[in-house]
Amino acid sequence: MDGEQAQRDDSDMAASSSAKHGADTARAGLYTAVLPLGLLIGLVYCWPAVAVGEVLRLSWPWIPAIDLHLQFRIDGLALLFGLIVSGAGVMVTLYSAGYMAGHPRTGRYFFFLHGFMLSMMGIVTADNLLLLFVFWEGTTVFSYLLIGFDNESSTARDNARQALLVTGAGGLALLIGILLLKTAGGSYTISQWMADDNGIRAHGLYPFILVMVLLGAFTKSAQFPFHFWLPNAMSAPTPISAFLHAATMVKAGIYLLMRFHPLLGGTTAWMCTLVIVGGITAVWSALQAFGPLDMKRVLAFTTTMALGMMTMFLGGRTAPVLTAAATFLLVHALYKAALFLAVGIIDHEAGTRRLDRLGGLGRAMPLTALAVAAAAFSMAGFPLFFGFIGKEIMYKAALAEDMFPLFATVAAVLANALMVAVAAVVLLKPFAGRRPAALPAVHDPPWTMWLGPVALGLPTIVFGIFPEWVSGQLIEQAVWAFHPAREEVVLKLWHGFNIPLLLSAVTLSLGAVIFGLRHPLGRLMTGIEARLPLSAGGTYDTGLQLFLKSAKATTNKLQNGSLHFYLTIVLLVLVAAVAWPWMQRGVLTIAWPDPADHFSALGVVVVIALGTAVVLVAKNRLMAIGGLGAVGAGVALVFLMFGAPDIALTQLLIETLTLIIVSLVLLRLPPLEAAKKRRTYRRVMDGALALGAGWVMTSLLLGVLQHPLDRSLTAFFAGQSYLAAHGRNIVNVILVDFRALDTFGEITVVVLAAWAGVSLIRKTKEPS
Amino acid sequence: MEGVLALLVGLVFAASIYLMLSGVLVKFVFGFALASNAVNLLIFTAGRLEHDRPPLIPVGAETPVGPTANALPQALILTAIVIGFAMLTFLMVLLYRTYAETDTLDADDPRLMDETPADDDDHGDGSVPQEGGRS
Repeated sequence: MDGEQAQRDDSDMAASSSAKHGADTARAGLYTAVLPLGLLIGLVYCWPAVAVGEVLRLSWPWIPAIDLHLQFRIDGLALLFGLIVSGAGVMVTLYSAGYMAGHPRTGRYFFFLHGFMLSMMGIVTADNLLLLFVFWEGTTVFSYLLIGFDNESSTARDNARQALLVTGAGGLALLIGILLLKTAGGSYTISQWMADDNGIRAHGLYPFILVMVLLGAFTKSAQFPFHFWLPNAMSAPTPISAFLHAATMVKAGIYLLMRFHPLLGGTTAWMCTLVIVGGITAVWSALQAFGPLDMKRVLAFTTTMALGMMTMFLGGRTAPVLTAAATFLLVHALYKAALFLAVGIIDHEAGTRRLDRLGGLGRAMPLTALAVAAAAFSMAGFPLFFGFIGKEIMYKAALAEDMFPLFATVAAVLANALMVAVAAVVLLKPFAGRRPAALPAVHDPPWTMWLGPVALGLPTIVFGIFPEWVSGQLIEQAVWAFHPAREEVVLKLWHGFNIPLLLSAVTLSLGAVIFGLRHPLGRLMTGIEARLPLSAGGTYDTGLQLFLKSAKATTNKLQNGSLHFYLTIVLLVLVAAVAWPWMQRGVLTIAWPDPADHFSALGVVVVIALGTAVVLVAKNRLMAIGGLGAVGAGVALVFLMFGAPDIALTQLLIETLTLIIVSLVLLRLPPLEAAKKRRTYRRVMDGALALGAGWVMTSLLLGVLQHPLDRSLTAFFAGQSYLAAHGRNIVNVILVDFRALDTFGEITVVVLAAWAGVSLIRKTKEPS
Repeated sequence: MEGVLALLVGLVFAASIYLMLSGVLVKFVFGFALASNAVNLLIFTAGRLEHDRPPLIPVGAETPVGPTANALPQALILTAIVIGFAMLTFLMVLLYRTYAETDTLDADDPRLMDETPADDDDHGDGSVPQEGGRS
């Protein structure tokens, strides 16, 4: 439960002392930081224009037939997300170069990392909903590959599969929602959602669209009851947890909610669902953060808490509420990425990230301690840190929610107080106090690794002191990008003495109390979780087992090894498929022959029928072979009578050969008399099915005979046989000239059959 | 005449299906042989039987003189006969080998049915993580 397994895998991976190759690729990894750096510089270049409300666009057609275009645009919201993605991308890439040094598969690692980053940039810049979906699935796949990066650990594989199934299923739901939206007359161009009052909210399909889109967003952003995959996703390497599962990918769901807000938001259904789901997720995950000892799991629960808060605020429809969501997004991305990277450093240097084995690291790694302190204070929401700004606006927002303001406020205060306690645990436990004797001597890591937490920790202070700058340059345009009303957006350090300030004070004191009670609370949560009759993760496990079991049962049922069963199914389908159209066409007529004409042919028909009957009832091999011979010879006679001497000849030859071979082999096989008799019921059913199949053949043939024959091919061959191919026997000319390739294929079949037959005989021991 | 042959084709085909369903593998091969014949007859009859002169071009002429039998189905059937023979021979050898390996030619015998055991590898069966996951 406490992820010891995951931790060991992760440490092994980081510490595995492999080859120079690893170091080389790690250095190459360092160079790949150019990619996110370039994106970051590009975005900063666009920033001044976007900050004053411009929207930058790029567009190429891709598949116009389905309205899929390579449309990109950078507006305030795309800029906010893009800066987080590329900024964190730079830090994580640099960090990874140190963290993954010596790992044998760093090449693959950096490919996945940047593949993910580009997909994420695609999501936030795509202006076409289908295009967004393509990138959306890209992040799902790369997330899967990165969670299961340590592919030799079955835990990592299972966790990766869990994340893939949950977010992948959500992706499918989103796709359904997208298609329904199109059906309801909605546009795929996201920026158009702002302009027109589209009438989607009044459309009959609205509830279905809403459910599908919310499923997509909730699974991606780990909202209750889909929250269970995120803590398990911590089996990914730590920088990945920092990047994907704290700062960026899990926010894709939040991003989706923001983009859909002007189109679907503002209804009672939207507001109720988001406020309640977000509130439950926030409080429940914050409580769960006290259970585990693995620092990454603790942080994972605080991530779901933060996502829950953002979801809750996106349930509102006024500027303060939406501003709270956008601001907290930035607040959280900064402190959480810094914390994750710091945990990675601790793990890397001290060899463990279990809270109960850590302590007194502050003196040994001052830079890391400072970065964690900045992040933790921001997380706790102390004044002068960016988290304080976020918390103030949160309380203001919670009080202003359209739906359930009391519930929202209580949830916000409770979750934030729990965050204060978690922040204290994360800061104090590893860095303060005495160092456990078992812990090795540690020191700050190389610059590539400490740069990330420090660079991410710094803005939490700067933004905390100059909130007006952040709101003016970044948050305002981001909110206006999904808030067409364009109400005033402003962040302030000092609002005067008011209820949010009071709530902040309450939060800090309550947090201190919870910190004191953290051990009993942790035990309580572990106890509760163990006793819950129904849990989301457990339901997932049961569902998966059930699915696999039923798949296995189905396969065993259908592929049961019984020839009789297979044939029965095939024939039933054949009879039904032919019978169905035939029943609609009416009765078939049979033209009886003129007795004078081909009277001898009728005799041959009788011979064939009798021969067939003999094979059917034969009690021994000799009778059966005799019957087969009669049928074969009879068919040859039919050919002969109706102008086909060539095939009659062939038929006779082949029939003779067949009888010889069959007789030879049958001599070495058990006699027919030895065969077990089947039950009468089965024989009657088999007979009925056989008659049905026979009827199918007869009726097919009669159906063909009722249509006039198209003789054009025959006429062509007859006309060209001598002139073009210089042969007088038209059948022969067709075989060896016009359709020579077919004949070649036929010979190939014969050779293959002979070849396979010989090899089967050769290896055989004599039957006993 | 075609109508009678159509009935005959259905009859032979039904008999062959019954033999294939019997569960006795030797009879299955008999059924296969009958089916080959039935199908050849079907193709032949579908090409019509109104003319019984072979599709040959007399010496001195460049095209057939007067109506002849349909050459196209004949060519198809020639190919089919040979391929059917190859298949039947292969089936007989397969039968022989099966008997040598399993000592039975009863399709419903567990010794034959168990030749395809259920796939039961160590992990693909979906063991899911026991730790974590609960919340």
